[in-house]
Amino acid sequence: MSDETPQNQAVPITLTVNGRTHQLSVEPRKLLADVLRQDLKLTGLNIGCAHGVCGSCTVLVNGHTARSCIMFGVQADGAEITTIEGVAPSPTELHPIQDAFWDKQGLQCGFCTPGMVLRTIEILRENPSPTREEVREGISSNLCRCTGYQFIVDAVMDAAQRLRTGETADPQGDDAARVAAEHGLRVEHLTPESGEGGATHVPASHP
Amino acid sequence: MAQAEIPKPQAPRDLKWIGRSIKRVEDPKFLRGVGKYVPDLEFDGMLHAVTLRSPYPHARILGIDASAARALPGVHAVITGAEATEIVDPLPDSGPQPDKHVFRVLAVDKVRYVGEGVAIVVAETRYIAEDARDLIAVDYEPLKPIVDPIAAAADTSNLVHEALGSNIAYERTFTFGEVDADFEAADIVVKDRLHWGRSAAQPLDNAGAVAIFDTGTGDLTIHTNSISMTWFSFGLAATLRVPSNKLNLVPHPTGGSFGARFSCWRSMTTAAVGAKVTGRPVKYCEDRLDHITNGDHHGSDRYYDVELAMTKDGIFTSYKTDVIDDYGAYCHFGVGTHGNALAQVTGPYDIKSTQYRLRAVLTNKTQQGAYRGFGAEVANWAIERIVDKAARELGMDPAEIRRKNLIQPDQFPYYIPTGNMYDSGDYERVLDHALELFDYDAWRAEQSKLREQGRHVGIGLVSCQERSVYSATEFWFWFDEPAAEMTSTPEGVTLTADPLGNLTVTLYSTPFWGNSSDTMAAMLVGEEFDVDPSTISVEHHGTRGGLPAAGPGGSRLTVMLAGAIKGAAEKVKDKAQRIAAQQLEASPEDLEWVDGGFQVKGSAEARREFADIAMAAYLFATELPEGLQSGLEARHVYDHPYTTMPAKDRSNLGVFYPCMGHACHIAMVEVDTETGAVDILRYVAVHDAGTMVNPRSLEGQIVGGTAQGVATALLEELVYDDQGQPLSTAFTDYLMPTAMEVPELEIGHEETPSPLTEYGIKGGGEAGRMMAPGALSAAIDDALVDYGVHVTELPATPERITRWIAGQTVR
Repeated sequence: MSDETPQNQAVPITLTVNGRTHQLSVEPRKLLADVLRQDLKLTGLNIGCAHGVCGSCTVLVNGHTARSCIMFGVQADGAEITTIEGVAPSPTELHPIQDAFWDKQGLQCGFCTPGMVLRTIEILRENPSPTREEVREGISSNLCRCTGYQFIVDAVMDAAQRLRTGETADPQGDDAARVAAEHGLRVEHLTPESGEGGATHVPASHP
Repeated sequence: MAQAEIPKPQAPRDLKWIGRSIKRVEDPKFLRGVGKYVPDLEFDGMLHAVTLRSPYPHARILGIDASAARALPGVHAVITGAEATEIVDPLPDSGPQPDKHVFRVLAVDKVRYVGEGVAIVVAETRYIAEDARDLIAVDYEPLKPIVDPIAAAADTSNLVHEALGSNIAYERTFTFGEVDADFEAADIVVKDRLHWGRSAAQPLDNAGAVAIFDTGTGDLTIHTNSISMTWFSFGLAATLRVPSNKLNLVPHPTGGSFGARFSCWRSMTTAAVGAKVTGRPVKYCEDRLDHITNGDHHGSDRYYDVELAMTKDGIFTSYKTDVIDDYGAYCHFGVGTHGNALAQVTGPYDIKSTQYRLRAVLTNKTQQGAYRGFGAEVANWAIERIVDKAARELGMDPAEIRRKNLIQPDQFPYYIPTGNMYDSGDYERVLDHALELFDYDAWRAEQSKLREQGRHVGIGLVSCQERSVYSATEFWFWFDEPAAEMTSTPEGVTLTADPLGNLTVTLYSTPFWGNSSDTMAAMLVGEEFDVDPSTISVEHHGTRGGLPAAGPGGSRLTVMLAGAIKGAAEKVKDKAQRIAAQQLEASPEDLEWVDGGFQVKGSAEARREFADIAMAAYLFATELPEGLQSGLEARHVYDHPYTTMPAKDRSNLGVFYPCMGHACHIAMVEVDTETGAVDILRYVAVHDAGTMVNPRSLEGQIVGGTAQGVATALLEELVYDDQGQPLSTAFTDYLMPTAMEVPELEIGHEETPSPLTEYGIKGGGEAGRMMAPGALSAAIDDALVDYGVHVTELPATPERITRWIAGQTVR
């Protein structure tokens, strides 16, 4: 169309998602949430409010939680991203935080859960031995409409215990923290599992 | 009434799985982010629909120019309201006189609230659809908005619906028992004037649907996150102008409901309109703004005048309700939320007569739908408010005035004046349990000390009903001549054993909303067959070819699944028993089910495991008793456990909500008199939902429901300005509580089994929100007793609280 504005023309970006590198072509206005959900088929993150309040769209960008519904895909160019699909160590095992949420019934409908789990990774990395009050404050970044939060707090406390006692290591959390520390927002480093790092639209870590 | 028909409740015995807090079977997929909600669904060739919403609360549509939108590359269709009338009929509407307030997917010649749809755009992507939406030019002639329901009720010149001739959609006064005489004889009459503000369920996921119209067969398949309702999907088929057996509604998980996923006809119809026009799969998922302004599910917005008659000793004798409910622009569930209130309008108290006057008023606001409690939570708040006012007038402790009036255990089954029955309960035991858990006397003493230090600390207590398992009569007993006096609220299941004896249970109309449907079904099947619930497969079937099923709602699902699964299990076991008898060369009557197999009574070595029987049922037809078919499966439809018909003159509404749960909540708060902020210091909740299936899941419902009650009491309000503009259309303004606003609950349980249901289960899904607003209101009153504050309006925001402290009345 003749009045098509240049800003709607797709631009190339590189995202490393769950350890695998993707070279993509996206409209500058396309939200990171939509790039992940539509282009990479990583539909684990959810869009609850689309204005950055509820946190259902939370992902880790260079190790820190970010709201993918109020961030453009192009802003993440070069970033290392972890979505909920990249949290579990294998298709048959859960991450200890996921296990703790299951044990404590820290979820009902599951819609906020991916964001809550990723936020918990961040909370426990920053403070491995939080009090219940600190956990409440920590997860107050994310809304849950089902649980009333109490069993989520139980789950985070339980997860903290599991990680402290080394029941299972948290390779994902360590890795993301290392990436964040080393590279900040300008990440060129690829993780070893990402192979040749070439363009692929297959989200290999998607169970 | 034939009270003798109701047996005495008995606690179930020797249960293996029911009563255990096992991990939920649904959870791994949601923990991994692969649960697949409707926004995650994709189909080849799928297009995306968006709705253009009205910016005006009340305006005539003079014309729509969609030419620029239609010309945008990537746009497949723009359908205006007038064009939609050529494709679909009005949405299902159980309101009074639906022909006089016609409820459509899009407005046709007049918009009646900000957010009402005027056109649907279908395009390759949602981005393009939204671009095109911005290119549609609508010529509106603004009309004077109708905003105040009390003024609207008296106004006949400016009408939401001209054809109705009034803004009152429904008005009636029901009188049950000798109300006038009881008020005449009363020593004391307490009056209260209350306003329960408008809030909404607002699950984090919005309503969504993908419609696929098969142009070869005429089949219309709709993947939906609403209830699929095999039992009533023919109503939507009529709207969509497809034969009922060509429509298949397929249920999918959704991120919460709390009422808001009940009958989302609008999202399904929007997607279906797009699919019928384009012949391609079309997805319509509301965004938050769509859901808040055009989602059909605002909660109650009620203005009450209530009166309680009592003796000078504080014995309640009669109770009157006069309520105006601001329904918004349409009335699509009729006045069902008041039918719900009438199931337990007199609360847990022994009150012999009651009157209920209702005026359902239409205004230029988004229409009401369902929100956890479905109107009964509001009635709970109203009666608890006036009971607290009565206690204060008599100088009685709130626990003691309630104790004096509670229905006693030997009075069950108890018929309230409206005709509904409470099947069982022990309310005083629940009260005592809560007082003990709270350590009431000690904390009253502590409160006195804190007050002496100048702190405004208060304790509030409520004792409330939670009705469960609705009956169909509540949909029509409002009318003297209903269109159909339906009496069924069925729930069917199919239970299939494969050749190895592994079991699959198929549910109908029963989407996963966070309500643990799969865990409940798996535990109930596990109980029947002595197998670990985690080994049960749970399947969700669409409406086409489905068994009758009404799905979740009114805290019915677990009770109904228990009945259906029990029935199906008996049929499967009956066949298995006959096969085992043949294998063991015994008579079926000589066999008994023991730990996962049939064996000859008193002879454990003469035994066949269920798996051996299943294998024979599939592969060894010559071993089967004569007349038996191969295979091992059964279908069973369970219906409402106890319904009676309303009286012709509606002096009695019959039994329609008999499985009666109960709870006592005690809240302790501190109010900052400078800012009006409320800090919840302690919170105790003791519930009796009959036999518990999974206590941890039930507690999850109690905590989550209480959180929503906290929100309704203190935070959330859908505010309209005096010009009918909604002011809280995003989570920045509609204040959903975070983990910092919701207290830690101390939870206790009592288990009085229902005499009507399998295992004695009662529903518990709406609990919490039915109690918390009353408990917090009472606690605020108590904290501000020095100022004479009586909470009369919710939410009790800091602004309202500071005004009450200053002596201003809000309503």
